[in-house]
Parts: sequence; C-alpha cells; structure tokens
Amino acid sequence: MAKTIKFTLDGRPLEAREGETVLEAAERAGARIPHYCWHRVLGNPGNCRMCIVEVEGTPKPQVACRLPAREGLVARSASAAARRAQASALELHLVDHPLDCPVCDQSGECGLQDYYMDIGRYPSAMREDKAHAAKRVPIGPHIMLDQERCILCTRCTRFVSQVSKSHELGIFGRGHSEAVGLVPGRSLDNPYSGNLADVCPVGALTDRDFRFQVRVWYLDETASICPGCSRGCAIFAHTSTQRPWHNQGRRLARLKPRYNPEVNGAWICDEGRYGFAEFDSDRLGRVMRLQGTAAERRWDSVSDEIAVAWHQVVRNKRPDGLAVVASGSLSNEDWKAFKSLFVDALKLKRFLFTPEPDQVGTEDELLRRRDKVPNLAGGMALGFGAQIESMTWDALAGEIEAGKVWGLYVVDRDPLKVWGEKGRELLERLDFLVYQGPRKGLTGDLAHFRLPATAWLEEDGHFTDFQGRIQGYRRALAPLGAAKPDWAIFAGLEAAWQGGGGL
Amino acid sequence: MTKLLTAHFDEPKLHELETYRRLGGYEGLKKASQMGREALMAEMSKSNLRGLGGAGFGAAMKWSTVPAEAKNPGPRYVVVNCDESEPGCFKDRVLVTRSPHQLIEGLLIAAYAIDARRTFIFIRGEYEVQHKILQKALDEARTAGLLGECAIDLMRGAGAYISGLDTSLLETMEGKKAWPRQPPPFPTVSGLLGRPTVVNNVETLSMIPHIVMRGGEWFAKLGTAKSGGTVLFSVSGHVEKPGVYEFPMGTPLKDILAAAGGVKDGKRLKAVIPGGVSTPVMTADELDTPMDFEGPRAKGTFLGAGGVIVLDETADMVSVAHNIERFLAHESCGQCTPCRQGSFWHERILERGLSGGGTADDLATLERAGENITGKVICALGDTVGVVTRALMKKFPEDFKARFPERRG
Repeated sequence: MAKTIKFTLDGRPLEAREGETVLEAAERAGARIPHYCWHRVLGNPGNCRMCIVEVEGTPKPQVACRLPAREGLVARSASAAARRAQASALELHLVDHPLDCPVCDQSGECGLQDYYMDIGRYPSAMREDKAHAAKRVPIGPHIMLDQERCILCTRCTRFVSQVSKSHELGIFGRGHSEAVGLVPGRSLDNPYSGNLADVCPVGALTDRDFRFQVRVWYLDETASICPGCSRGCAIFAHTSTQRPWHNQGRRLARLKPRYNPEVNGAWICDEGRYGFAEFDSDRLGRVMRLQGTAAERRWDSVSDEIAVAWHQVVRNKRPDGLAVVASGSLSNEDWKAFKSLFVDALKLKRFLFTPEPDQVGTEDELLRRRDKVPNLAGGMALGFGAQIESMTWDALAGEIEAGKVWGLYVVDRDPLKVWGEKGRELLERLDFLVYQGPRKGLTGDLAHFRLPATAWLEEDGHFTDFQGRIQGYRRALAPLGAAKPDWAIFAGLEAAWQGGGGL
Repeated sequence: MTKLLTAHFDEPKLHELETYRRLGGYEGLKKASQMGREALMAEMSKSNLRGLGGAGFGAAMKWSTVPAEAKNPGPRYVVVNCDESEPGCFKDRVLVTRSPHQLIEGLLIAAYAIDARRTFIFIRGEYEVQHKILQKALDEARTAGLLGECAIDLMRGAGAYISGLDTSLLETMEGKKAWPRQPPPFPTVSGLLGRPTVVNNVETLSMIPHIVMRGGEWFAKLGTAKSGGTVLFSVSGHVEKPGVYEFPMGTPLKDILAAAGGVKDGKRLKAVIPGGVSTPVMTADELDTPMDFEGPRAKGTFLGAGGVIVLDETADMVSVAHNIERFLAHESCGQCTPCRQGSFWHERILERGLSGGGTADDLATLERAGENITGKVICALGDTVGVVTRALMKKFPEDFKARFPERRG
C-alpha cells in the first residue's frame, strides 16, 4: 500500500498520497480551497494565485496547488490572513473583468461569482476604465470566446495541448494585453471541443449549443452514462423541467462529463455531448394498434392481443418464422427480460443484433469507440451475438423475401432505414410486425402494433461497457405518455403469453 | 583601488584575443584545469562570489547543487545570462563590448567545474553590436583551440524583459513563451530541456578567471564579510559622468556618486534607485549605505544588478513611480494574475494622479493592492510591482500627497 501522509488543513486532519499536493489531497477529501488554474487532470501551473494558504513555520504564504503535502504540515485556508490573501487575488482577477453577469451564460456556475460571494464581498476600489477585448467570437462549431471575461488560467490551452493534442488555442501578447485566441488559420473543431466550456472556470468559453437556453439554476442534475458508444463515459444529464417554456421546450438541456478516472477522466466527446439534442422529438407516447383502423390500446389489452396472435401463428405456422431485431441500446435489465421472453418462453431462433450501418463510426485513442451503441456487451454477456448468433441485415431481408420469416419484432431499430424502399415491400409482406421504441423512426408507421418505450434518461438501468464494466444510470425525466421501460414491456408480454393471451 | 573586470579597459583592442592573451588572458582556464575540479570548487567557495545578475545567490553554492554525474547521468549545461534588460543597468553590455574573452574564459572554467560540454550565451536581441563582438571573439577562441571539447552557442533574445529571469530565459531558449517557471525544481536540477543547468550572469562569470588566478581568499578580502570581490555599478540619471564604475563590494554609495562626478548641474540630490528600477528607492540621507548585498537590504532595498539611478530635486516621484509601473505593466509576462492586473492597475491610478484626477483614497488603494501582490506571485517582477511604488510613497509622501490630495465635499 502506498504511504499516506497525515497533515492538517484548517484544523481538519487529512491524508495525502505520496507526491500529492495540499490542494489535491484537500479536493479529494471534499475540503474546498479556492482555485481557478488548478484542474485535477490538467495540472497546476500556479498562475491564478487563488489557493493561497498559510503554513505554520513558513513566513511567506504558499499556493496550495504547488505545496507538496508533508507529514505534520499545518495549513490554513480559512484563517483571516489566508482569506485576505485569497480575496486580494480575487480582487485583482476582477479589476478588469467586465460586470456583464446578467447577460453572461456562465452566471450561476462561475468561479468568479462563487468566490466573490464566498470570500470577496468587498466594495470595488477600481475607478479606471476597464480594458475591452473581443466578445462573442465563434472560434469553433461549439465554442464561443469572450476575451474580456478570460482570466488567463490556461486551462483551455492546456486541454488542447495535453488532452485533445490539437493545439488550436494559444495565449498571445504579453502582460495586460495578453489574450487567449485561435492559432492563426485554425478553428476549434477537434472532436472534444465541447469540454472547453467545462474547463473554463469563467464565462470566457461558453457552449454555443447551450448558450442562452436556460439559466443554470433552473437545471436539475442526474448522474448518468452516455449511451453514445460502448465507452460508457460517466456524465451528468442537466434537465430543464421547472421552466418548460425555456430551452424551446426541450427537457434535456445539456450533457456534462462526470469525473471518472477509470473511464473518461473529466471529458466526453462532442458526438456524445451534442448527440442528444433531439431527445424529445419524434417521441412515442401512445400504445397503438395500427392494423386496419388505427386505435389506441391499453398496455394489458395490447399485450393480450400480441400474445393471442403469437399463439395462433405459432400453432398454424412454422414457429421459427418469427424474428427479433434488437440492438445494444438495451440496458442489462432489458436484455434479461428480452432473453426471458424471446429465448426462454417463445424459444425463438432468429435474432438480429448487427448495428445499423450508421451506428458504426469513428474511433480514436482518447474516448470514442467504433460501435455507437452503449450495451452490446450487456447482450453478449447473456449470449446474444455470441452463442445466440446474429443474422445480417441482408440475410433477414432474404428470408422475408423467401417467406421463411413471416413475423418480426423490432426493438428500437429501423429496418426501413437500412433497407430503403425495398424494405417497405418486405415489411408489408409480413403477417405480423411489432415495433417497440422511444421514437417511431421510419418503421414505426408500418407496424401492426406500436409500443412506446422510455428513452435512457427516463429509467434506471445499467450498461456494460466494452471492457465489461457494469455502470448504473439514473432516471432524470418522467416517461412521456404511456411509455414504459423495455424490460417492463417484455415482462408484460411474457405474462400475457404464459397466460395464453386471455384465451 | 583594485579593479578586476575593468582593469585593462584602457587597452584599445582588449576585445581581440591577442591583446587579451598578452595581458594574461586564458591563463585562468589553464590553471583551473591543472587544479582539478575539487580544488577549483574550494577556491570558489572561499571567494564569496555572489551572483551579480541581481539575486546575489552564492555562485559556488549554485554550482554545488548540480547533481553528480553518477546520480543524474546525461548532459548538463551552462547558460550565460546576457539578457540585460533592467532599466538602469548596462554593465553587461560594457563587459561584452570591451572584454568578451574574459566572459568566454569564465564560462569555460564554469563548464569545466560542472563538467558541461555544451554551453550557451543568451544575449538580448537589442544587443546587436555586442552579438557581433561575441561571435567574433568566439570564432577567435575556437580557432585558437581554447574551447577544447566545450561547445558554446550564441542565442539571441526576442525582446522580453522577463527573459532575463533564469527560468523564463530557459523557456525562451526552448522556444516557448517567456513565462517563469516555479521552482522547485531549480534549474541546477532541472533546467534547459529538463537537464541540470547553471545559469550565471555575464559579470559573475567574468569574475571567475580572476578568482582562479589570485585565489578565493584574496578575492573575498576585497569585499565584505559575505560579498566577495568587486562589483560594477551602472550609474545613470542626473549625474555629471554616467557610466560603468567598478568598486569593491561595500563601497559607500556616496563614493560611487562622487566617482560619477556628483549630481548634474550642481542640483540637490533627491533620491537614488540603487540596483535598477525594480529595487526600492533610497533617499539622499542614505548615502552612507555600504553597497554590497547586505547594506541596501538593511535599508529595505537591494543591490540588485548595480543599476544606480540618480534623481535630483526636480524629480516628481509620482512620475517616477508611473514610469516604472508603466514599464512593469508593459513587461509583465502575463502569466500570473496579481502581476498582470496589478501592474496595469498601478499604472492607471498613477496616470490619473499625474493628470490631476487623483484623490487620497487612491493612495490607500495603491498601498493595499501593492501589499497584495508582493510575495504572492511566481517571480520577482511581480514582487516589484507592489514594492517600488510603496517605497516611493513611503519615502516621498509629500510628492504623492500633492498629486493625490484629500478632497472635500
């Protein structure tokens, strides 16, 4: 076991790992020392001078971010002298800072505001005109720069040099006329650029997608897992339900990375971050039977109807003519109920788990994975795509055409999108087509039964990432209309099947 | 009066190898290699030679912190700091112009002492003539086989004052922005490209041949208890004969002024800035101060790099403060906030005072803001921002009260 170092901060005994600084150890223990430039992943340049602490036996005040913890060290960050030093550093940060908080999107989560209320609250002595610099500069597809608000903490330049390694940003000029900006000829368009709005402790870099949509204090925060690929990045979902007229009615306001050193560090990719802007559009909320005259159904009656149909067709036709299309978007809970229904109860043989062609994408060394569904591994753990083999999209089309497959159960996939116009003909041949999912897609309109499922933010569940790590995510939003989690739909169907569909 | 560095300055061709050798040049290098490293280091520590670039750190002490080859195998470097940018200081310029071989000899001895095979002379970009002189001297020394296995490269700065600070000088050499590093580790442990590096000032290195030739004890005795040898003063401002003057350490300030011909046009002396603009001001009452590293310190200021700036009775100290703060604001590297913002704030308040808009409240602000910067920044430039104006305010309160009056109503 690594050696631990015992020291005291503001009278509180703390433990540091070998090589840790006072600030790192304090942050890990949840003890707060004000700071801007220090970032748990991006290091400690020590330029903001906010984390000043008093150290017993040392005449000069020390910056905690560069102060190695040593046995028996006694530090104070909340003493009158330390507070005064921090407040004076803050005053100098604010000397030239524009007071545009009312129109600044960072308001409510701004380091300058927070510390001013916490340790500042001094009357301003600044009588000079503030310096002006460029505002509202779109420096990339996702990020807006405001040079006036920048406190030059260098977190952003460290991010583009250490993490994305794309080097688009630099600090130009010198002294008071120094400013952060784009390297000439470049645009901030790396696949991780959204993180810059997170690392910026003030309103200098803001998120163009989120700007001016919702005030952050109206947001709710829920711990979740990004479903954008099989990496399983830890995220926070920030949802807006208190003011439904904000954010153009969209309930999901933004996704933010949640620190997990084992999986994603402090980052997420732009694909994940901005991939769910349409979370609330094209959603299903009603249980429908669309065969013949379209009519809304209750869950129990539609389950019985489907079960009856299954009993009839299974008796009359070859039972292996029923195929199921599903994918790695299901949670572990869904997979279990899925297996129980389709493998154990119905004893089906034909499954398709192959991702749709557009679910295979770019992969890189940092976070992004090639398969853009979160939980193929969860299905694999139950044998799907392994002992229970997956058909290809072409093979399934061929078998429908040959009449071997007469019934299809589609879970949150879109065969029509994969097959194009030929697909309509194929799907219309089927005697039996159930569509289940949060959005109807193209296939939803052709189904005989259309069942609304919840989307990932509307349920509790678990994903298994590509490394086999099982991670939970929490319900952040209420389901829309009658939508139920996939596992609950499968369970209802299994109960109806076992009960003979009320026959 | 004993002179070392400037002893032969009346020789017209001192900058040429032939003249330098005729006067005993490069004998120190020969002697050093005959002495061996340990004996050389012993003489160095006896000499009490202090770093003459401004910080006054013991030169032998600095060398001795370079880790042994066995402990840290790989290259080690010596870098000559010739980025002389402190307003009021011009002694390195004179040394390089008049006696470049003295520097090269000192550098070669230093390289021998720490076993460095690769050395650099970093010269400020504005010293164009000096760059040419050094280049020529280096070519001469190389042709004469004096460099041995040691490589000396000349590098030119790009005009940042802060590059004169050792760690930002190293950053500049690595092709980066001249932002000071925060020790530890110190350059002698991790310097240029992460390797042990000794950074010494031109004047410090120029002293070394003399120490080797005459012995550490002899050198130490020239000066005071803790500051050995002699030191160059760049005297400028309101004096009759501005220029570079060499004196033993501990010479009273008034002797230095006298050597420079006293205050210009018979005016009354008002103040002296002893070591370049970043050192706090001294009054006319403090002329007895012995000028070594300890004397000015007792008066709350520093010997610095010996840039003595003389101000006569006509000087308005608010204007002096504004001039210095404007310089610091212009030269602040911008890395840490208190210096970047504080120097700008100082400049602007003083500017307002000069243009008739000052009030007594501003003095309180300057006092408080200054205290909040000093000691809370990465490098010495930031410390200076608060210190110089506060010293001027303290020692010349009348000047400030006149520009920042109490306002009624």
